Amino acid sequence: MDYFFELFFSGLSKGSIYALIALGYTMVYGIIELINFAHGEIYMIGAFTALIISGILTILGFNKISILILATIGAVIYSSAYGFTVEKIAYKPLRGSSRLSPLISAIGMSIFLQNYVLLAQTPNFVSFPELIPEIKWLEPYSSFLGSTDFVIIVTTAIVLVLLTILIKFTKIGKAMRATAQNQVMAALVGVNVDKIISVTFIIGSGLAAIGGVLIGSHVGQINFYIGFIAGIKAFTAAVLGGIGSIPGAVLGGLVLGWTESFGTGYISSDYEDVFAFCLLVLILIFRPAGILGESTQQKV
Amino acid sequence: MKKIFVLIGALFLVLSLLTPGSCGDVIKIGVAGSHSGDLASYGLPTVNAVKLVADNYNKKGGLLGKKVEILTGDDQCKPELATNVATKMVSDGVVAVIGHICSGATKAALPIYKEAKIPVISPSATNPALTQSGQYPNFFRTIASDDAQAKLDVEFILNVLKAKKVAIIHDKGDYGKGFATYAKKFIKKDGRAKVVLFEGVTPGGVDYSAVVQKIKRKKPDVVVFGGYHPEASKIVSTMRKKGLKIPFISDDGVKDITFIKVAGKYAEDVYASGPKDISKNPLHIKAVEEHKKVFGSDPGAFFDNAYSAALALFNAIEKAGSTDYDKVTKALRTYYVDTPVGKIKFDKKGDAEGVGFSVYQVQNGKFVEIKF
Amino acid sequence: MFEEIKKSLKVSIWFMFLTFPIMVIKVNLTDKVIIWRWKNLILVGIGSFFLSFIWRYLLERKAKKAKKEEMGIGQTSIFLKIFNNPKYAKPLYIIFLLFILAFPFIFSMYQTNIMISALIYVMLGLGLNIVVGLAGLLDLGYVAFYAVGAYSYALLNYHFHINFWLALPIGGLLAAIFGIVLGFPVLRLRGDYLAIVTLGFGEIIRLILENWDEFSFGPSGISNIPRPSLFGINLGVKESTIFIYYLIVFMSIITIFVVNRLQNSRLGRAWIALREDEIACQAMGIDKTKTKLTAFALGATWAGFGGVIFAAKTTFINPASFTFLESAIILSIVVLGGMGSIQGVILAALIMILLPEYLRAFSDYRMLIFGASMVLMMVFRPEGLIPSSRRKYEYDPTKR
Repeated sequence: MDYFFELFFSGLSKGSIYALIALGYTMVYGIIELINFAHGEIYMIGAFTALIISGILTILGFNKISILILATIGAVIYSSAYGFTVEKIAYKPLRGSSRLSPLISAIGMSIFLQNYVLLAQTPNFVSFPELIPEIKWLEPYSSFLGSTDFVIIVTTAIVLVLLTILIKFTKIGKAMRATAQNQVMAALVGVNVDKIISVTFIIGSGLAAIGGVLIGSHVGQINFYIGFIAGIKAFTAAVLGGIGSIPGAVLGGLVLGWTESFGTGYISSDYEDVFAFCLLVLILIFRPAGILGESTQQKV
Repeated sequence: MKKIFVLIGALFLVLSLLTPGSCGDVIKIGVAGSHSGDLASYGLPTVNAVKLVADNYNKKGGLLGKKVEILTGDDQCKPELATNVATKMVSDGVVAVIGHICSGATKAALPIYKEAKIPVISPSATNPALTQSGQYPNFFRTIASDDAQAKLDVEFILNVLKAKKVAIIHDKGDYGKGFATYAKKFIKKDGRAKVVLFEGVTPGGVDYSAVVQKIKRKKPDVVVFGGYHPEASKIVSTMRKKGLKIPFISDDGVKDITFIKVAGKYAEDVYASGPKDISKNPLHIKAVEEHKKVFGSDPGAFFDNAYSAALALFNAIEKAGSTDYDKVTKALRTYYVDTPVGKIKFDKKGDAEGVGFSVYQVQNGKFVEIKF
Repeated sequence: MFEEIKKSLKVSIWFMFLTFPIMVIKVNLTDKVIIWRWKNLILVGIGSFFLSFIWRYLLERKAKKAKKEEMGIGQTSIFLKIFNNPKYAKPLYIIFLLFILAFPFIFSMYQTNIMISALIYVMLGLGLNIVVGLAGLLDLGYVAFYAVGAYSYALLNYHFHINFWLALPIGGLLAAIFGIVLGFPVLRLRGDYLAIVTLGFGEIIRLILENWDEFSFGPSGISNIPRPSLFGINLGVKESTIFIYYLIVFMSIITIFVVNRLQNSRLGRAWIALREDEIACQAMGIDKTKTKLTAFALGATWAGFGGVIFAAKTTFINPASFTFLESAIILSIVVLGGMGSIQGVILAALIMILLPEYLRAFSDYRMLIFGASMVLMMVFRPEGLIPSSRRKYEYDPTKR
């Protein structure tokens, strides 16, 4: 039974990681129905920014907590700025054209950003400092749950709650929902659609940056390519949960994490990703819009 | 729109003009490997190494009185690109190639070089079949093959660590899985120990705790890992964080200073086999110094092997007195040359004599050679 | 003018801010040194200042053109006129064909070799064009069928010594069967759900090839796959490269012919109808299941052929050649070319495959330029290089 719980917590922390990135995916998709392939790269840039800032601060001799805070803030600012700029360059001019054009533009952007970081920084893996301090009272349970795992799970939960509040109860959330439903109508009733889309990108990218910092310190190393792999998994998670739905992204991430973890634990990690994708196919066959997705009747 | 066509037309024209014939006063050396994409970090140090050696020769007045020119070819470790690179190298008239980096790409490219009679020296392609199959008489390497390494590691596990139960993990890659499979084979053959787990992890994964829990459950005495350092450091740090303190032994993809940098305190006590200790070799020290001076950073993976490959090649061309294929390959097989990886020459199959492996352990943030 | 400069200045400052940490700072923690590369900052500043002018100019031009078209006075470019007028198009095609046929004799073997790669992608692009461009089913796992083709030749040859000519139809057939196998479960899905499932399918195939050693030799792949023989004569590398070149030219022409005929057939029209409106299409009595499945199967067949030729060309295959990025590139070819347009797909395939090869001169910046040009292409020409002429009749909800 211990083994079961060990795997359960492994899956939980892994799933939370996926969820954290998937949230940004799902937000962007919810609003402009775009699979933002460059989202993974935004996450990677967040991690790199945090690395650079924490490196400077370490050399200057700051203490651990202030480094964590400053690095996170810096990463969030820069990732948001990148997300904002990417939207303005690669997606905004394409609004109103066919659905596939922004997708290709996103793939191009993803290739561009990867190579940009590769050239400007390094092709190698670099070690990422352990920014998250050890939590003392967790130590007896360390075989189940490390302190970074714990922080990631808690952060994901907090982000989920905050995002839900933002979207359900604030004015900007209302405007987001309106834009998601119908851009033309939203503009007619006075919503600044451009601004809402920008805000969505900024929030989504900021979340990706938080993910970048946390996952960077969890894994302990980053390179320019981490965004791509994480991006695909996060995208899978978002679709699994019902793309466009905030709780769906988290649920999808967790389900994906557990599938991989139990699949590895009880069968074999050789086919870890195969389990994940098979589950995806199965779920989508029975619920074509994902677990929490509302299957909208197609308008004729 | 017309512009695009004009542009393409112009491009074709320029390129057809550029396609060079044989020039009299330069010797062209190809450097092929992954220079972009996710494996770029394994290929780029080789380019630097060959550049350094070539510059040294050029400063001294060149090779056989001719200037050495380097042509790089990026295959991203993909076989289909490797064949393109190979044909490009052949068309451009290189006399020899340093590379390719990955075994798969090397396998794909070799037949083309073989037909064109171009010797190839790889700093890093460790697949045993490359030399042992005897299919590629034009192939040499300055690194020992995977099975030699696996054999050494298994001997270490059985004789020194005296393990009874072994868990083998690999990264599903050509190199890692190859190493792991050999290790499994040698352990089975010996019979003193049992393989309790043989599994692959997905490279680039964000979290390996599930597979670590599985290792823990099988209660092995030692974990063998086949693969590269990014995955190794993730697995070993997860193991230590989860309180699993058994020995961890791996291959030369892990015996890289980056591993220690990345894994930090969790790297302590990890065993990794790697090329024999060369840190005191004056040529190695010199090469690293040069790299720091020219490129402003520490050299990366396979730098020493690539530097040695370039030295061996240039030496052979000098000894042969020409760039003729038969003479150069004969010289490669005949004369010993001092290189950063030691005094080497190549045997009949193309493996370097004098390049061997030792087992290292990380102690106080450094790889320390272990004699046994 | 002053306004313009002010705008560009703003952009320039923004980009200097944006690229600051990644372009300027480099931290070396082991030696505790921070390297500042101020030169980069200046370069970014100046570069973005001027580029923003060009950017705005091009966007304006695009907007003007769109407006003209809306008012009905939009002129089709000369290029399209030529293409749509058989009087000019025919000689043009013939010249192009002659050029292609003479290619291996004019250029070096290297050029021929990458031309083969490009032509394989022409086939793949045209095949995917059936699925995405005509039937409107977004497939992100197309590379799986390519892998099926390649492995079927490699394995059949390894175990049963089946030669290339026999393997070619078998590879196509197997790929078609896989297409149907994938098609069945995803019939109900639409849009991006379909995209992710096909992506998953592609990954599953690759992972199975990677892990099932006994079947596929795992990650180390299969080497020494024979090149095709000519009436039983084995050719050297050079001759067989030229031979494969003509083979792939021939196959591409067949592909073009078939796809062209399909497009105007009953089935082709059913695909287009399905793409435009699924429900109306069913109301008109088109069998949705059958139509979708044939799209998958036919699209996959070409990938299968392409795979067999690919295996014969490289003589070595391993799962690393069949990653998601490959699917993304094939999809980019279809979209960049102009969905549903045959000439467009051909042009795009040539550009997408030849561009990175010829960009080798820029070595390190190669993929950077490649990514950037994909973005630029889409921004300034979202309808693709040569938009499908059928588009004219399309119902466009944004222009009621």
